[in-house]
Amino acid sequence: MSETPGTQAGSGTLQLVSRRTYFKELALKNLFLLCAGVAVAGVVLIFAFVGVRGWPIFAEVGPWAFLAGREWNPTAGLYGILPLIYGSVVVMLGALAIGTPLAVGTAIFLSEIATPRVRSIVRPAVELLAGIPSVIYGFFGLIILRPIIADATGGLGFGAVTAWLILAIMIVPTIAAISEDALRSIPPGIREASYAMGATTWQTIYKVLVPAAKIGIIDAIILGMGRAIGETMAVLMVVGNAPVFPESISDPIATLTTQIVMDMPYAAGDHRTALFGMGIILFLVSMGLVALVRLMSRFQTAMESGR
Amino acid sequence: MSKRITNAIALGMLWIAALITVAVLGTVIGYVVINGIGELSPRFIFTWPEGVAAEGGVWPTIVSTLYVTALAMVIITPIAILAAVYLAEYAVQGRLVGTIRFAADSLASVPSIVMGLFGLALFVEAAGIGFSMLSAALALSFLMLPIVMRTTEEAIRAVPKYIRWGSYGLGATKWQTVSRIVLPAAMPRIITGIILSTGRAVGETAVVIYTMGQAINLPVSPLDSGRPMTVHLYLLAMEGINLPAAYGTALLLMILILGFNLGARFFLRRNRKV
Repeated sequence: MSETPGTQAGSGTLQLVSRRTYFKELALKNLFLLCAGVAVAGVVLIFAFVGVRGWPIFAEVGPWAFLAGREWNPTAGLYGILPLIYGSVVVMLGALAIGTPLAVGTAIFLSEIATPRVRSIVRPAVELLAGIPSVIYGFFGLIILRPIIADATGGLGFGAVTAWLILAIMIVPTIAAISEDALRSIPPGIREASYAMGATTWQTIYKVLVPAAKIGIIDAIILGMGRAIGETMAVLMVVGNAPVFPESISDPIATLTTQIVMDMPYAAGDHRTALFGMGIILFLVSMGLVALVRLMSRFQTAMESGR
Repeated sequence: MSKRITNAIALGMLWIAALITVAVLGTVIGYVVINGIGELSPRFIFTWPEGVAAEGGVWPTIVSTLYVTALAMVIITPIAILAAVYLAEYAVQGRLVGTIRFAADSLASVPSIVMGLFGLALFVEAAGIGFSMLSAALALSFLMLPIVMRTTEEAIRAVPKYIRWGSYGLGATKWQTVSRIVLPAAMPRIITGIILSTGRAVGETAVVIYTMGQAINLPVSPLDSGRPMTVHLYLLAMEGINLPAAYGTALLLMILILGFNLGARFFLRRNRKV
């Protein structure tokens, strides 16, 4: 953009604008840069403030006892978050297993099959699904899904299964939107070539289009993963909130996010520090997933330019 | 099996996937509407909750939600738009821009409870603002920043290049071109992005629960605490003492969110310039 003519007037040898205008333009440019820097400042501040509060737990309890400790029992001074990490991972994997086929299927449907009319109904529906607040999903899961799951699995219905179903719905918009973008960015000529060889729509989809959009779809799943790990309220309302290793998928569990919300009102001292420590871990995981997506897109660009 | 049968079965599955997605949306909305519609009345909307079971209305929570959302919007909109102007019009691709984009993407993916902890540590405690509309709005504004930034940047990039050339050709400076030509042309899409991010803020729970407080209060100054609708719904649902009020609150929340979403769509369709 910066090569646009007439803008860097004062910096060259040619004096096209008055000195005053030049400095005003320069000042504005730096002001905008400052505004853009707020995003960087935000990340740094989150790191600093959650980090400073949470860091001591690694020193006091020891990183090993904190991360790999098998028991979360703050009243007894036991701050092992392994059961919570386990809960987060179990909930995330189940949600991905259910949500991914649904989301990728919807994305393929939107980009390859739907007529413009059908698309104009399904696409806004997917977007609205993203707009519904997590507390409403949680409420829905608590009142409607939980009794159904309780009948099916025995117990109260608080546990991983209910969380899987609710979270699966919640990650569909994320995965579907990004997958659809990836599919749509494939040039139409590739489809035409496939059809011209006598391939059916389905053969074109799974032999040509899905492989071509592979990286984009994997990106989508990684971001869906981030959403599933970070989701708080909806999981909190259906998961049962017991920070233990469950014996079955219908037993109550807890995740990193839910335990923070549950304990925060009364936590003090090391307990509170441990909650902030969990916050750092969540933040690092979510940033790591974003970095992974960026690395993959860089890898893809490198591959395409190398071809 | 012939390829035509495989094709028909596979396409059928894709139809089913899309239908399930739409059906789930319909079910969630339908369930909230059917159960909540009987609760909605002027009395429910405009009176205070009373007693241990929060009978009566939800007025203070509506005001708290709208208050904090408006405050966050006022704080973040100018910053986000100018940041997007920088990325779209001024920035040269390089390490600096890469860092800014990575930071924005990271902010967009921060788990909401981590944003809540951050707000609690920085604004409520370290800055001494306490549980208040301002603390919650500041924490929320970091959540809204990447959304408004991204939609604004896309809107600016969608403005055709030749419009800018025309402006430069007339001797306009960069800022004159941006402020009088590019931003007005991109405005409908920018406003749509702001409305959508506002919808996000209205529905947010984990960020505000430990930054705004939970006591029912009608906020007047930005330093007052309060209880937003989402937290009210969460507490009612988990305590299970007053389900009708929970349904009513859920429906009001849903109406607000859908209103923001559909409003943004409608606005964009009517004012689409680029």
